[in-house]
Amino acid sequence: MRQTPLQNPAASSEDSFIRTAGRQLLLYTLMAVVAIGGLMFLLDALAGLVGSESGNTAAVEVERNMITISLRDEPPQLDSGQRADQISGMVLGHIMEGLLIRDAESNLVGGVAQRWEVNERDATFWLRKNARWSDGEPVTAHDFVFAWRKAADPAQASEYAFVMYYLKNGEAVAAGELPLEALGVRAIDDHTLYVELERPTAFFDKLVAFQTYYPIREDFFHSTNGRYSAGAKELLYNGRFKLTNWVHGSSLLMEKNEHYWNKDDVKLDAIKVGYITRDGHSRFNFFKDNKIAYARLEAEQLYSAMENHFQIRRYQDGSLFFLEFNHREDRPTSSWHLRRAMQLVTDSGELVNKVTKLPGYLPGRSLFPVYLRGVNSTFREEFPAPEPELDPQQALLHIQQAKAELGVEEIPPLTLLIGDTPIAKSQAEYFQEVYQQKLGLDIKIDAQIFKQRLDKMGKADFDIVMAGWGPDYDDALTFGDLFASWNLNNHGRWAHEEYDAMVAIAQNSIVPEERMAAFARMQQLIYDEVVILPHYERGNSYVTHPQLKGMVRRAVGSDPDLRYAYIEAE
Amino acid sequence: MWRYTFKRLLQGVITVWFIATATFAAMHLVPGDPLASDKAVSEEIRANLEAKYGLNEPVWKQYTIYLGNLAQGDFGISFTQKNRLVNDIIREHFPVSATLGLLAVLFAGLGGVIWGALTALYRNRLPDIIIMFLVILGISVPSFVVAAFGQLGLVSLNNLAGFNVLPVGGWGTVAHMLVPAMVLGLSTMAYLTRLMRSSMLEIVSSDFVRTAKAKGLPPTRIFTAHQLRNAVLPVITVLGPAIAAITTGGFVVELVFAIPGLGRYFVEAVQQLDYTVIMGTTVFYGAFLVFMVIAVDVIYGFIDPRVRLE
Repeated sequence: MRQTPLQNPAASSEDSFIRTAGRQLLLYTLMAVVAIGGLMFLLDALAGLVGSESGNTAAVEVERNMITISLRDEPPQLDSGQRADQISGMVLGHIMEGLLIRDAESNLVGGVAQRWEVNERDATFWLRKNARWSDGEPVTAHDFVFAWRKAADPAQASEYAFVMYYLKNGEAVAAGELPLEALGVRAIDDHTLYVELERPTAFFDKLVAFQTYYPIREDFFHSTNGRYSAGAKELLYNGRFKLTNWVHGSSLLMEKNEHYWNKDDVKLDAIKVGYITRDGHSRFNFFKDNKIAYARLEAEQLYSAMENHFQIRRYQDGSLFFLEFNHREDRPTSSWHLRRAMQLVTDSGELVNKVTKLPGYLPGRSLFPVYLRGVNSTFREEFPAPEPELDPQQALLHIQQAKAELGVEEIPPLTLLIGDTPIAKSQAEYFQEVYQQKLGLDIKIDAQIFKQRLDKMGKADFDIVMAGWGPDYDDALTFGDLFASWNLNNHGRWAHEEYDAMVAIAQNSIVPEERMAAFARMQQLIYDEVVILPHYERGNSYVTHPQLKGMVRRAVGSDPDLRYAYIEAE
Repeated sequence: MWRYTFKRLLQGVITVWFIATATFAAMHLVPGDPLASDKAVSEEIRANLEAKYGLNEPVWKQYTIYLGNLAQGDFGISFTQKNRLVNDIIREHFPVSATLGLLAVLFAGLGGVIWGALTALYRNRLPDIIIMFLVILGISVPSFVVAAFGQLGLVSLNNLAGFNVLPVGGWGTVAHMLVPAMVLGLSTMAYLTRLMRSSMLEIVSSDFVRTAKAKGLPPTRIFTAHQLRNAVLPVITVLGPAIAAITTGGFVVELVFAIPGLGRYFVEAVQQLDYTVIMGTTVFYGAFLVFMVIAVDVIYGFIDPRVRLE
């Protein structure tokens, strides 16, 4: 090895070595940065192949007449006959249209149907001649017949097959006892749809706005070889928008459907879902960075939203939350006195104001939320909920009677089944303390992940469960029949003859006054028998871009609804 | 050498079979019902659903069907994303995770080597103290905090600049990857820095370095050929598992930055009890990890003859 002559005697010293080596390290660092830079360009090209054009669109693009939004999850199911979740429902509501739809003021108006007639045992819908699919073909009555039969088809295993039970033979067809052709729906001609009902259904017109009743075209469905709705190309659209690009997990592009029968009324050219994430903080950051046009607020973001002078709005999302008791005889909660005692110390107002602390929540008073319609105005205005009483002294007397009724010295510990969300936990702890302090009850909290909680509810493995219910259709029956003795969602198995009779009236009568009186009686029975303890009607707060107008929030149906949205010029 | 490789591969296949079986068993032992949904369904609908997913068969039969499909590389249909094959989910989303992971490993590897060498060089002086403090932070602060701060930082940066310096989330261009990859690679970088530092310190005081200096070799040569090259070996050893860990562990980063990677599907599937996706992703990730380790061992065998002999 050749020796390099030493130029400086100090070069051999430690300091000099460090300096030289340090310079060398800097050189390597620069090389590394250049290498990474080069690689990033390579990756950029690659990402174009695997990723999306997620791109950098602003929340509101005035020139392209487009808005960008985010979703909490990828829509799991865009086959309207199979859909069972809210996010798919939101997307479907924009790209498909049923016989009847809700307009911006939530009135029921004609969608594909121009005219309709609902009688006691049947219904007829006359379809618009200019309603078209996104490939230009007309939407016909046959498309509805196909879709409804498909929803009831046992081979399709739709979770929402029960929606077809309102049609004649619906239940038997879904059970495979009758052929699909026996389902009570047929096309009289291309533009007339005739429906036979299993029993009088007063709200059938509201029901057909539900997404399971959307049309699906048979020839297109079969042309996808079992992959219907798997991607943007495996779907045919008859709504205001059509899905033109769908990169799973990343983005969706909904563009105005030029074949839509009322296309002049569609003001936006495109709605882009640019981001899909469950992280609420991320979504709020996207909003702050002007990347999405609206974002839901969580409690901890309220202050930041106010500080930034964002437009904060609220709405009622339609869901009711409550404590549901297990009424089976082997459970301590089968004792009316025990339940009554708990009712007398449960203050839903305090829960909403001190525990949930989110604006827009309404203290729960009744099984029937405030927005449900009555005969002339809202149901709750016509039939106010029973006034809640708070009486801890009286409650203690009921505890004594409960002990006697159950034949025990002490009330055994009660299991409170809840979800594993932070909000559920804080509420459960609040109730644990209230019932411990005021009644001396020992409440054991059982927090479970979603599916396991559902499993335990189904198996009746609880004394009390923190439950919720959202409406399927816009009629009080969607809440009322929940506690019918035969309803599978009546997890506590409460059974009451008079209540069942009232549900039967609400189901079979088509006289509004008679039905509402039945609901009023149900409301009273739920309170008197302490079937549940209502907590609150959930409200949500959200921020919107100042130029985004016409966005509709709904308690029932596809929410948020951007079908009528538009961009206001600055 | 080929025999050694073959032996390792066979061990790998057995390990993957074991992972598949353990996942299947765990899946059927955890309480909960994958078909449960918000609204209770009638018995006939439930029976239809069970038939669709093959849950009506006895468990041993489900297991044989599952292994049979697995052998053909078919993981079935997702329970939650009802129109998607688990294979499609992996094929579409793994490249995203892999791209991000690769970049993160690069950041971590190069950064670790450079910072490690620097701290060893300036041992107990100011640069060493500052970097080692940051290293402790990098190792101990959980990734969801780093990710959240990273994103918040981007929002503030864009607000300050008045235009879009870097996107705060999403996917598609290199600009989308930069910050998420750094966040993802941070803790590995910190770990590698420590590893590199101690390995470097050991070598600085070794005989061959002293000999090289005594011979009067130029400092750049001593530093590069004698010190760096030898000190970097332990770093390469841990790089294999690190690549697997980073590529599969991006759940939080993917969530915060809205990146369509596989990590998200993996974690969400567990919460949703999506049997097929859990089994598919676990087996896939398991196999990935196992073969990553094997690859490193085999490469090591080529580099270091002593390994072959054992």
